[in-house]
Amino acid sequence: MAGVSVLDLAGLGALLDALHSRGYTVLGPTVRDGVITTGEVHTLEDLPRGVGDEQDAGHYRLRERGDDAIFGFAAPMQSAKQVFFPADELIWRGRRTPDGAFDVGHAQSDPAPVALFGVRSCDLAAVGVHDAVLDRREFVDTRYQARRDGTFVVAASCAEPAGTCFCVSMDTGPKPTGGYDIALTEILDGEHRFLAEAGTPAGEEVLAEVPAQPADYDDVAAADEVIDQARSRMGRTMRTDGLRDLLYASAQSPHWEDVANRCLACTNCTMVCPTCFCTSVEDVSDLTGDIDERHRVWDSCFSQEYSRLHTNFVRSTTAARYRQWATHKLASWQDQFGMSGCVGCGRCIAWCPAGIDITAEVAVLRGTALREAKG
Amino acid sequence: MSTSAPSLAVWKFASCDGCQLSLLNCEKELLAVADAVQIAYFPEATRGYIEGPYDISLVEGSITTGEDARRIQEVRAVSKRVITIGACATSGGIQALRNSADVRDFTEAVYAHPEYISTLERSTPISAHITVDFQLRGCPIDRAQLLEVVAAFVQGRQPRIPTYSVCVECKRRGLTCVAVAKGMACLGPVTQAGCGALCPSFDRGCYGCFGPQDSANTSSLADRLASAGMTSRDIQRLFSTYNVGSQAFGAQAQREQGGAR
Repeated sequence: MAGVSVLDLAGLGALLDALHSRGYTVLGPTVRDGVITTGEVHTLEDLPRGVGDEQDAGHYRLRERGDDAIFGFAAPMQSAKQVFFPADELIWRGRRTPDGAFDVGHAQSDPAPVALFGVRSCDLAAVGVHDAVLDRREFVDTRYQARRDGTFVVAASCAEPAGTCFCVSMDTGPKPTGGYDIALTEILDGEHRFLAEAGTPAGEEVLAEVPAQPADYDDVAAADEVIDQARSRMGRTMRTDGLRDLLYASAQSPHWEDVANRCLACTNCTMVCPTCFCTSVEDVSDLTGDIDERHRVWDSCFSQEYSRLHTNFVRSTTAARYRQWATHKLASWQDQFGMSGCVGCGRCIAWCPAGIDITAEVAVLRGTALREAKG
Repeated sequence: MSTSAPSLAVWKFASCDGCQLSLLNCEKELLAVADAVQIAYFPEATRGYIEGPYDISLVEGSITTGEDARRIQEVRAVSKRVITIGACATSGGIQALRNSADVRDFTEAVYAHPEYISTLERSTPISAHITVDFQLRGCPIDRAQLLEVVAAFVQGRQPRIPTYSVCVECKRRGLTCVAVAKGMACLGPVTQAGCGALCPSFDRGCYGCFGPQDSANTSSLADRLASAGMTSRDIQRLFSTYNVGSQAFGAQAQREQGGAR
């Protein structure tokens, strides 16, 4: 198959070496403190070999897989969000000069280029969402753009969806369809190998340096089987037909109160969401008032303060905040950016300490709407 | 110390002194504090003092005696601004456990001669007695937050003290959620930020030292803990610590005691 090759484990290691030799900081899945999360990957040993996960509403545990799988897990705790959109970004630092004026120095971002390694298609779709929101509108987030420019992406098809996954519903996976330089599909049947497809000339160039075999029909068929298996094992589903109108029509639904009885307004869903981008700007001064800093920090529509305008809270109840979040994510995001704000990674379900499940809440809204339509 | 700097007084009521110690523990910032304010009354730090009135008073501790109830009025009278520091001063502290019991049972259990003890039935926050300009949470307070509040009052601006949950700090730091990934009882979702998610960063659940966040849903968290197998007695204990005197935590402790489940 032209342009498609097969790597063994040594070849995967050589791929990491090729990225390092090009000066990339390679960020990929690593095991840390009981979870798989984003960390720096130096060698194959840094990757979660033989480690799987189980995820359900409000539940995450690692498990031993009993095999050598490198990508045998679902969505890691963190997406790629904080790689390009850090939780705390220094915007500028000012210093009072002897004549009483302020000397403001804009924080320079001169980051080393990043290679994302083993990023899942749901998370890659989310990077695409952030590109649209932060990098392709009238006002560009220049720091985001500086970090994104020159990024190299090695995507990995998802072979082990978790109980919280619904990328098939949101049409973002399990196989990445774009936005990558190289896409890998791990094959565990028979010989342990990785089908590698270049998505860009840069990807082709890197792959050409790595010891690999051309893929044959059996390799491609085996990789397709991995994808088909994953597709059939999604833990959750969300119907998307008419979703936008459903959310708008449900604005007065009593169900928001029902969710609010369970919702902790703790913000975890928004913090782990790979597309949530709400921030606050904070000015910090030291005791002397001579040094001031402006930071942009992650914030959340679940925080009461976040909805403060002048002296009042626009959304004073948790019901109003959950409605705002779900309606923006699934409906008004479409009007605003021409795409869904949800990529189906399931993190908001897994990392909710109260186990609230957006797919279940939407299904209730849909059921109510259907009953009302039947009268 | 500049004589034009605002004067600062530090007062102690029923408390362990840990919060005033946070001021002394400012170490490298302490000289900047001494430059920014004139430390006029601070018995824990120095015997010397300057007569009031004072521009800023930091008040530690809760009101537990009749004498203290009278003394706090004097503090208010000599202070332009009163800032309460710590869980005792803002919600009554651990000593507010007496509020849902008979204080005589405690004094008889603890003291050889309870007849010498003169104490009020309830431990109450400073704000129950006088008008307070700002309440800084924590057991103990966070040093950086204290410096922020002092700087804000010196500079005449709003202090930047968030009222959202500990989870925000936890997630910004990229820490593993000990509730979801380890099944630990963690009060983080209902507790106000400020500590920087200290306990979760050391693999422990949050103890709620900073009191309830602005939208604390304690009953939902208690339901989750109960469905994970925690008894009402243990959930009651979880909410019955330094901020049991806060409305949200105290009410949840009462509900558990009442055998709601």
